[in-house]
Amino acid sequence: MPNQASVTVTVNGLPVDVPSGATVAVAVVMAGQACRISVTGEPRGPLCGMGICFECRVMVNRNPHVRSCQVLCEQGMAVATEK
Amino acid sequence: MNREERRHFDVLVIGGGPAGMAAAACAAECGVRVGIVDDNLKLGGQIWRGESGDPKNKDASNWAQRLRKSGATALCGLRVVHQPEEGVLLAENLDTFCELSYDKLVLATGARERFLPFPGWTLPKVMGAGGLQAMVKGGLPIHGKRVIVAGTGPLLLAVADYLRKHGAEILLICEQASWRSLVQFGAALASWPAKIIQGVRLKFDLAGIPFAANSWPVAAHGQKSLEHVTISRAGRIEEIPCDYLACGFHLVPNIELPMLLGCSVDNGCVQVDEFQETNVPSVFCAGEPTSIGGVELALIEGQIAGLAAAGRTTEAKAWFGKRTKARRFAQLLDRTFRLRSELRSLSSPETIVCRCEDVSHSRLQQHTSWRSAKLHTRCGMGPCQGRICGPATQLLFKWKPDSVRPPVFPARVETLAAIARQPEVQHSEVNGGH
Repeated sequence: MPNQASVTVTVNGLPVDVPSGATVAVAVVMAGQACRISVTGEPRGPLCGMGICFECRVMVNRNPHVRSCQVLCEQGMAVATEK
Repeated sequence: MNREERRHFDVLVIGGGPAGMAAAACAAECGVRVGIVDDNLKLGGQIWRGESGDPKNKDASNWAQRLRKSGATALCGLRVVHQPEEGVLLAENLDTFCELSYDKLVLATGARERFLPFPGWTLPKVMGAGGLQAMVKGGLPIHGKRVIVAGTGPLLLAVADYLRKHGAEILLICEQASWRSLVQFGAALASWPAKIIQGVRLKFDLAGIPFAANSWPVAAHGQKSLEHVTISRAGRIEEIPCDYLACGFHLVPNIELPMLLGCSVDNGCVQVDEFQETNVPSVFCAGEPTSIGGVELALIEGQIAGLAAAGRTTEAKAWFGKRTKARRFAQLLDRTFRLRSELRSLSSPETIVCRCEDVSHSRLQQHTSWRSAKLHTRCGMGPCQGRICGPATQLLFKWKPDSVRPPVFPARVETLAAIARQPEVQHSEVNGGH
């Protein structure tokens, strides 16, 4: 389990404090954002939580198509969702 | 990493859940060079996610310690995407790729949740049951959130228990199985050794959580995110406002990598001999890919596979009796949580079945096979490569899965360049659509 200390990342430019050890997917949900927009324009968030479904993919530090449930937040990380 | 830096292991284990950890530890204890690879950032698989250092989970911490002492090399955050040549696997992490070669291979690729489409199931905050649990283990604040847990299988109870302990308000557990089969299941459990029952984590306190059998989600509603859920509760329709719907319909074996390597599969499960060896010589398989049987069976199969891969067949045989008993439990799970036919008609014509490519139920209905649907609608050809919609279409349309093509996961261009010499790789599928 993540401990009580927190790290700050940005999601679409806005700072979000998350528990230390939290995944990027958690930061996106805590920021109230969808992870991606589907091919017909629906907002989508994490589904499987284990790297299988690819619904939680976002851009992390300009690296595209990162499965956010499989990556831990690091201080200052810049996360961008599809808009 | 380039080809010259290829790493070799006498026994290579793919998958770091209970089966893989047991296989790797047992093989390494025999003195051979062992590597254990997992896509996740830590070993433990899904069932022991975040618990290998937790003294409260004795099995998880004991196996984590035993694996550390065994000398096996753990390679986490690394996913296998292809087999460029026999005895070699290509894997990538966030930054680079590498090649792993082996004399013996143990596939312990685990299972994933089965998802079934219903109107609204694509809304954010409708997640898998194990999916929401994994998110909470990953730091998602759940305190005070209203959660409905729905679907089928023992995982629902374990998830509800876990979420409540972390402060969630569990409004209802909806189990699609009938009371009759649940009562038979409960009666059968009484005759099982306690260890196996613990293995699927049924030992917990349900007090205070409303539980409904013969119940399932009919629709999820909300503008941009989940707001309320429609439930069919023992024949009556109910609307319940909530923050999360955690919904999974038992488990599906992860057989994509075994299929890529040519392992024969029957009824969705990898076929193995008494030493857990597949029809492909030197390739073993253990745990959920051979049948959904819970952690105890996975540990037994993992130990047999690890010992056999290290050449210790006599020691492996010592586990055969326990495996027979644990496999009967797998059959009981299968019988109890078989999906009812009503679940096949939850989708409306416009309900999306393939989430990667947004293919609706009505478009799929025009096809007679998975292959035809793939070719005409792109169903199953997005990044998940049919891992989510494939099992759903098996229930909805009785379609059979197709052969698996490399790469088994979407891979980066640099990684693909390493397999570009393979002429059979079709570029339309290589990138998984993105």
